[in-house]
Amino acid sequence: MQAIEVDHLVKKFGDLVAVDDVSFNVAHGEIFGLLGPNGAGKTTLIRMMTTLTPPTSGTARIDGHDIRTDPDGVRHALGVIPQAFTSDPELTANENMLIHAKLYGVPPDSRQALIDTLLESVDLAKFRDALVRTFSGGMRRRLEIARGLVHSPRILFLDEPTTGLDPVSRTNVWEMIRTLRKQSELTILLTTHYMDEADKLCERIAIVDHGKLAALDSPSRLKDSIPGTEVVEAEFEGAPDDWMEQLKGLAHAEAVTKHDNVVHIASQNGPATVAALMDLSRERGVTVRRVTVQSTTLDDVFLHYTGSELRDTTHAATYDISHFYR
Amino acid sequence: MKLSRIAALIERDMRKFFRSPALMMSSMIFPLVQLIVLGYAFGGKIKGAKIAVVDQDHSVLSRRVREMFDGVAAGPATFRVVDYDSEARAVDDLRAGFVRGVVMLPRDFSRRYYQHDRPRIAFSEDNTDQVMANSIVQTLQSMVTALNAPDVQPRLAGKVQLDVVEVYPYVEYAKYLLAGSTAMAIFIVAMIGGGITFIDDKSRGLHEGYLLTPIRKTELVMGLIGAGALKGLMAGMSIVVIGGMIVGIPGLWDPMRLLYLSLVTLVASIAMISLMFVAMVRVDDPLVPRAVFGVLNMLLFFPSGAISPIEGFPKWLRWMSVVDPFTYTVHALRNLTVKNTGIEGIYMDVLLLTGFSVAMIAASIALFKRQI
Repeated sequence: MQAIEVDHLVKKFGDLVAVDDVSFNVAHGEIFGLLGPNGAGKTTLIRMMTTLTPPTSGTARIDGHDIRTDPDGVRHALGVIPQAFTSDPELTANENMLIHAKLYGVPPDSRQALIDTLLESVDLAKFRDALVRTFSGGMRRRLEIARGLVHSPRILFLDEPTTGLDPVSRTNVWEMIRTLRKQSELTILLTTHYMDEADKLCERIAIVDHGKLAALDSPSRLKDSIPGTEVVEAEFEGAPDDWMEQLKGLAHAEAVTKHDNVVHIASQNGPATVAALMDLSRERGVTVRRVTVQSTTLDDVFLHYTGSELRDTTHAATYDISHFYR
Repeated sequence: MKLSRIAALIERDMRKFFRSPALMMSSMIFPLVQLIVLGYAFGGKIKGAKIAVVDQDHSVLSRRVREMFDGVAAGPATFRVVDYDSEARAVDDLRAGFVRGVVMLPRDFSRRYYQHDRPRIAFSEDNTDQVMANSIVQTLQSMVTALNAPDVQPRLAGKVQLDVVEVYPYVEYAKYLLAGSTAMAIFIVAMIGGGITFIDDKSRGLHEGYLLTPIRKTELVMGLIGAGALKGLMAGMSIVVIGGMIVGIPGLWDPMRLLYLSLVTLVASIAMISLMFVAMVRVDDPLVPRAVFGVLNMLLFFPSGAISPIEGFPKWLRWMSVVDPFTYTVHALRNLTVKNTGIEGIYMDVLLLTGFSVAMIAASIALFKRQI
């Protein structure tokens, strides 16, 4: 049995298909990432898996508990850290933990010791009696991660755990996720729209776009799956109509795409392709305004599988209608 | 259903409640101000109303009448008398608002009196102010009755008389209003705790955190209503005690009376908070409870008989008072604060409020969406 089994999940809001026939499995102890822009359907997918939103069709099993037939079992098996802060700002860190421990039925004799250990592990022990409204975003996120673990779940869901955090807080959260995984053999599913986050933390990544699963594999295999090991990115001025065709003939070039006037050339040897590109430009009287060479990144993987860059789609998706209570 | 989860939610709300006195303060200030200002502004006895007396008769009898006016001015002081020579000038001053009424003793008043030929005293009243006019007419009526009384009372009176027995000592309007102000305090707690805070928590995402736990919707609704009811009980009893001391309710510290007051305040709190839940359970916009606060207050408070008797309402308003939980709250609290009845004066109200609460809680649970 896998830790998470997602089986043809579909969620429709009227005519809008927010999640479109998504299936995947996550093994026990794995850190699994759902990568996609805002509005891609990641949060809706998480909400279905956490029993917050009923699926239109399909199902999922969390630690063997079906979200449709055994929602209580799912809730006990899961620790969930939603995208929005859900800790109560008018309560202290300790009180937030305590109320949740009671809601999960954590035995009274072990309750406070467990809370102390968890607050210690997220480096908030000395703030246990401080009101949460005085916390920074990073502290609040760490508290919510600790709160999500108060009932010792086997699986942890983190929805955009570092969105809105400063770089130092982001790094702290990453470190905490790695430590948790190491210490307790947790299965972790996280959603993110940060490529570096998915790249550094996840053992496998599912790329989600427009509610569909576009690709699923480890970060390195995803990078290997697209043409070229390096990407030459360039902008031109005065390029002739057949310029893209000519670029395809450059040395070591495997694929050429254009997006927003920026040309991406997938290459097996970036520097050699750049040299050939400069020669060709001089020869055809085309001005090269900018050229860079970089190793293939998840950005390129995303571009390859979805046809658009993640940074372009982050503000294209403007709403998540599942926020509305029905 | 696990009581420990309900208790956890109540604990959460009570910790927040005791940490921030804002809810308690806001729920107490308005009802107390209302009690003091409205209570003492309305319902007091009319004193010192200026009455014009035009004596055209200038007889012994008319002087006797005039002396009766002086007697009222010196005694209950309902009015003070200003003599006018001209009826026209007196009526002009009445219209201009310088005097509240004009008493006219016509030229043939004494002649008609002694001839038993329908003697009349004319009274022109400023009927734009019914409270004032009724009070003056009532006093004048008692003067006329005294005037008609025979000089020598027969040993056995043959006329039917009405003997009025006042069961309770005189009740000032502020005491009468205390029940309404207490109900108002409970309503404010219900509105803020059950409406505004609930929807604010929902829109801030705090509810999502609870919905992710194994808590059932029955437990969630019961926990939130339980917390609201406790807060309502505290606010209501604070007004009963503080307001009771201000308006001077005798025997306020009688333990049985306080127990009954607590019982009524508790069931009223449950009724109002659960009513608020039914109204707000599907609302997401934090502006809605703020916008409907005044309307709900108007719809619930005024038809309840909190400030004037229901029997004086038109039929449609009486029907509103029948379905209004405020009505039974005010009735029971007034029985306890003003009449000091025992359980016999409140049991029916308590039963009705309990039934209303059960229906509202059931509706809240049915309407509450555990999923988002």
